[in-house]
Amino acid sequence: MKRILLTGNNAAAWGARLAGVEYVPAFPITPQTEIIETLAYWIDSGEIDCRMTTLESEHSMITAAGAAAATGVRVFTATSSQGLLYGMEMLYTVAGWRAPFVMVNVSRGLSSPITLEPDHNDILAARDSGFLQIHCATCQEVLDGILLAYRLAEHEKVRLPVLVNMDGFYLSFTREPVEIPDAAAVRRFLSGYDAENIRFRAGAPLSEAVAVLGGTLYSYFRYEMHLAALNGLKAFGEIAADFAAIFGREYRDVEGYRTDDAELVFVMIGSFATKAKEAVDRLRDAGIPAGLVRPILLRPFPRERIRNMLAGKKGVAVIDQNLSLGMGGILHAEISSALYGVAGSQPIVAGFIGGLGGRDISAEEFYQMANETLQAVEEGHAPPPRLLFAREELAEVRRMQQIAGVTRNAGESHE
Amino acid sequence: MRGKAMNEKNQNRLQNRHSEHLLGTGTPMCAGCGGLAAIKEIYDVIGEKSVFINAAGCMTLLANYPFTPFRGSWLYTAMACAPAGAQGVRDALDILLAKGRLAAAEDLETVVLTGDGSANGIGLSATSGAMDRCLDFLYICYDNEGYGNTGQQASAATPLGARTATSRGPLGYPGRKKDLFAIWAAHRPTYVATVSPSHPLDLVRKLETAKNLKGPRLVLAFAPCPTGWGFDPKEMIEVGKLAVQTGIWPLKEYREGKVTHTIVPRPRLPVDEYLRRQGRFAHLFQPQRNEDVLQKIHSSVDAYWDAIES
Repeated sequence: MKRILLTGNNAAAWGARLAGVEYVPAFPITPQTEIIETLAYWIDSGEIDCRMTTLESEHSMITAAGAAAATGVRVFTATSSQGLLYGMEMLYTVAGWRAPFVMVNVSRGLSSPITLEPDHNDILAARDSGFLQIHCATCQEVLDGILLAYRLAEHEKVRLPVLVNMDGFYLSFTREPVEIPDAAAVRRFLSGYDAENIRFRAGAPLSEAVAVLGGTLYSYFRYEMHLAALNGLKAFGEIAADFAAIFGREYRDVEGYRTDDAELVFVMIGSFATKAKEAVDRLRDAGIPAGLVRPILLRPFPRERIRNMLAGKKGVAVIDQNLSLGMGGILHAEISSALYGVAGSQPIVAGFIGGLGGRDISAEEFYQMANETLQAVEEGHAPPPRLLFAREELAEVRRMQQIAGVTRNAGESHE
Repeated sequence: MRGKAMNEKNQNRLQNRHSEHLLGTGTPMCAGCGGLAAIKEIYDVIGEKSVFINAAGCMTLLANYPFTPFRGSWLYTAMACAPAGAQGVRDALDILLAKGRLAAAEDLETVVLTGDGSANGIGLSATSGAMDRCLDFLYICYDNEGYGNTGQQASAATPLGARTATSRGPLGYPGRKKDLFAIWAAHRPTYVATVSPSHPLDLVRKLETAKNLKGPRLVLAFAPCPTGWGFDPKEMIEVGKLAVQTGIWPLKEYREGKVTHTIVPRPRLPVDEYLRRQGRFAHLFQPQRNEDVLQKIHSSVDAYWDAIES
């Protein structure tokens, strides 16, 4: 075991390498590209026994990933943002093949306008696809999350592909100290890929992904996938326990930070949750009993755990780095649904939208969100979703608009 | 253009052809489906040590849970990406073979099966990519010259003047049929051939050639479609024959940079004999001849063969 500085992308490549992946269908996209470049370098230099094929699109890449997994090899791939959406049809499709593999998504805001820095609309667009989702907050979690993801995907009661998500730039290009597990220890945690009964062999013909006509068969197979995804909750617990026993790092489907005696709880996913932890500590210094709930596993959705962790709290501030246009935050709706219909007094759940397209969320904004949520608790009703935006930012936008307008008007005046 | 020995061999083949095909019966294809007729012949040659990787189209309903007419394997992908599915399967089989986890006897031929809609349009990028990666696969396209499964809307393979569900006007389809053979040949793959179910010996010989080669290979099958084109199902073979004899559907193959025509119709029958047999071209003759469109069709066929025969 060694501890070195790695970017999130390097940590992802290390996760794939240690998992003994045999096949990597690839397609470049910022900010993911470094992952496939690193793997390609290891393949070319003979450091790993793996094959990479660069496809002509993410749609084809995800198809090839599913097809190879259905033929019996361990598959890894990675994408981001527009690429994930370009392959969306195949996310749903290959999940139904029940051929497990792992895909990393490096979150990046979606077009339009086209941009590079992260938010979670891309990964949450894949929420209902049948891929399970692991959300990472640190580079170490990226590496560990990939190892956990293979065990989860290949679990005999699950057999579904898994997406491991990290934030572009904040994790993908940020070096953090990462412990690289010993390869022999990883082999004790994760053995070779067992394709079980889904694989193509001349001597055992198999029809995969055959058309069904009529709602009965269709419902049956879709329900079966749903129940398999739910099996992932118990499976994740077993797998994480094995992981802790071998590597000493403990993971739960939902991380709680100082939640036990908290009255105000932030809910976040991804790397910005580390900023929330810092805010929790400062709020407690100021006498406000704050805490953080961070779902690591988002699909399957750990409803019971989230309920139990938030039960009896006064206020919950859900911070969504995504925006369902015309509705609000996606996590806010999910957390609210988990709390609804439970006997006893339930917390006020306030929703905040922040961190879109890589926009920072400042410490002051965390304090402000805490204040507004506590205010809502006193008033006894949740406010509509707040969009985080500072006065100085608006001034900056106005300056930019003026430049854009001046340029345009200058052009017109010459006509 | 072929010797006596070949003719005798073909005669033997004709006599020895299976009265029953390897492909099972009872599929939900329309009566007189030219695509299915071609696939029956094709599957006899390819055999059951194969995985058919399918894109959305008429033939998707061949494998309809819990039934399949295929004795070998099948994978349905989506409309745009069957060649990418073949890539994943082929790469995985090669990895397993190299690692000794798959016996050579368990290896499979990866066969893509799509209609003309996928082959010429939505799936063309995936096909082109598979060729530049030199993927070892056989692509079977059944060309019924339209989006047949959804009711014969115009596709990139629809010929000039044909009436389709999306070109019902007096002129029919105003576009030009895309030259998929030439698009493939431009990639310099291992093999490209056109076949027709009306010419089974030519079809079988080309399939045998394709089967014994490695790399990207296309067999583009003419697929007369009674429901989409408007003719009696029993005339399917006749329509196929006329397409070849009038020079509308050239039977040819590409190999090592060279295109060879395997059957040169001499003399070529008038193109109208082919067109008149189909409801989709009826508006070119009734209530009066549309000389403008007919002239364009005639001259494009003439120009094609003039270039070949000069």
